Amino acid sequence: MDSYSLFSLVKHALSGHKNWQPAWRSPKLKPHYDVVIAGAGGHGLATAYYLAKKHGITKVAVLEKGWLGGGNTGRNTQAIRSNYFYPEATEFFDHSLKLYENLSQELNYNIMLSQRGTLTLAHSERELEGLQRWVTAIQINGVDSEFLTPAEIKELAPVIDISKNARFPIAGGFIQRRGGIARHDAVAWSYARGADALGVDIIQNCAVTGLDIRNNKIQGVKTAQGTIGCERVGLTVAGHTSVLAEMAGFQVPVTSMALQAMVTEPMKPFLNTMIASPVVHVYMHQSDRGELVFGGGADTGNSYAQRGSVPILEENARAILELFPCVSRMKLMRQWAGIVDVTPDTMPVIGKTPVDGLYINGGWGTGGFKAIPAGGDTLACTIARDKPHSLIEKFSLERFRSGELVNEAASSGVAH
Amino acid sequence: MQQIDCPWCGKRNETEFSCGGELISRPQDALGADDKAWTDYLYFRTNTKGVHTEVWRHTFGCRQWFKAERNTLTHQVVNTRKLSEETGEGHGDHG
Ligand SMILES: Cc1cc2nc3c(=O)[nH]c(=O)nc-3n(C[C@H](O)[C@H](O)[C@H](O)COP(=O)(O)OP(=O)(O)OC[C@H]3O[C@@H](n4cnc5c(N)ncnc54)[C@H](O)[C@@H]3O)c2cc1C
Ligand SMILES: [Zn+2]
Repeated sequence: MDSYSLFSLVKHALSGHKNWQPAWRSPKLKPHYDVVIAGAGGHGLATAYYLAKKHGITKVAVLEKGWLGGGNTGRNTQAIRSNYFYPEATEFFDHSLKLYENLSQELNYNIMLSQRGTLTLAHSERELEGLQRWVTAIQINGVDSEFLTPAEIKELAPVIDISKNARFPIAGGFIQRRGGIARHDAVAWSYARGADALGVDIIQNCAVTGLDIRNNKIQGVKTAQGTIGCERVGLTVAGHTSVLAEMAGFQVPVTSMALQAMVTEPMKPFLNTMIASPVVHVYMHQSDRGELVFGGGADTGNSYAQRGSVPILEENARAILELFPCVSRMKLMRQWAGIVDVTPDTMPVIGKTPVDGLYINGGWGTGGFKAIPAGGDTLACTIARDKPHSLIEKFSLERFRSGELVNEAASSGVAH
Repeated sequence: MQQIDCPWCGKRNETEFSCGGELISRPQDALGADDKAWTDYLYFRTNTKGVHTEVWRHTFGCRQWFKAERNTLTHQVVNTRKLSEETGEGHGDHG
């Protein structure tokens, strides 16, 4: 594998950038693997990488229905943060953030992590009290979070109207300064390249069409390119979690929904942090290219259609204008949607399943981009040891039977 | 804008409606039902890719709940019915 560095850039520049190697191979499907991962989104690719890197399991295939990173991993708005409420959620998401902080070095690939902070706004006294409780909980859980007054918010993001006349006056807010964004495609590509270099086969255009289960144990996988044998299978298919679980004969408490996002035309630097308002139900940041990226609520009803409806688009645009009237004349350039699988408590379903040798990583809903490194790390460990990693014990499928839900609906609130 | 056929009012814009999710039924024998039956009812769903049976409400109209069969891949509403109508022709496109 070509190592990326200033030196290699200069070297390749001298030959007109004509000799770069592909970042991963396009191997043929083999008849047998130790582990098969269904779905080459961030979670599937990260799982394969950590299986090979940390557990020495390299006979691994990642099977992808379409192209790698073409699901939610390539469609999300890139928000990364670990400011949840309950200790188990905070610990998990902070583990993820810590892995992100070192990912460019670890994978020798610039994921463009920009820790520009994520700012959450409150618009009334009552909301402020709720926010203060949340800030304190985060601090007690050992994660950075800071309360901000309207004046401090104005200093941080001058574009925000803090006057009394604003449609939604600013009562205060809080920031997690370590939060921010990373380039979503680069996260998928860097894990793909890292896994491939360790011997993992990434097979695109190869949907999993069935699971071979005998005596309640995984024996193999049926795919669009034929049936193969394997010892263990990991499902990392996001919006298609129910479809794959049905192949294995069980249900998962998720609803697949279309979540949309959109970008405006690019403009000069305008906003240097990620801003979310739970009440107005919208969030926004400015991409490195200068576009304003924003999103809000999901479309109503179950959907597998990967497109967002116009009424919800209007709703999200309206919400942005109420918060930032100054962007009213910006042109919207693109709008798109991904299918997210939402659980009743908004936390993931990750760990073992009722079938031996079958593991699940799903239910990330509207907020699993930030979870990719930790989701991959903990699922790989769970597959390797056939025992849930300690960080995900609370996120088992079993919790919906025992009633031990981890309700993070408030801190997952605006979908990012 | 998509239109949905309310069994009480006829075709109206989708923005007048809210989706109440998958059609589920409460365990009949409340005291006899075990934890599995209750948690199935509370949390577990088919989440079908394809024709899915749902309840919808004509929120900004007659405010009635009704049954709908909708294709989750195309969003086409195949059929709508009053909650009391078990069988019969129903409404909608019969696609
Ligand atoms: C508009 C939008 C904005 C979002 N914003 C944020 C955000 O700001 N921050 C955040 O943390 N999260 C965000 N999310 C959520 C985040 O994108 C997802 O939780 C995350 O990307 C899930 O990663 P994944 O690898 O599980 O899924 P995906 O990237 O969707 O990968 C699943 C893959 O499985 C494949 N697949 C499906 N069925 C099969 C099959 N039968 N066989 C083989 N392969 C199959 C799919 O093609 C897909 O490539 C957002 C999502 C959307 C849609
Ligand atoms: Zn009606």
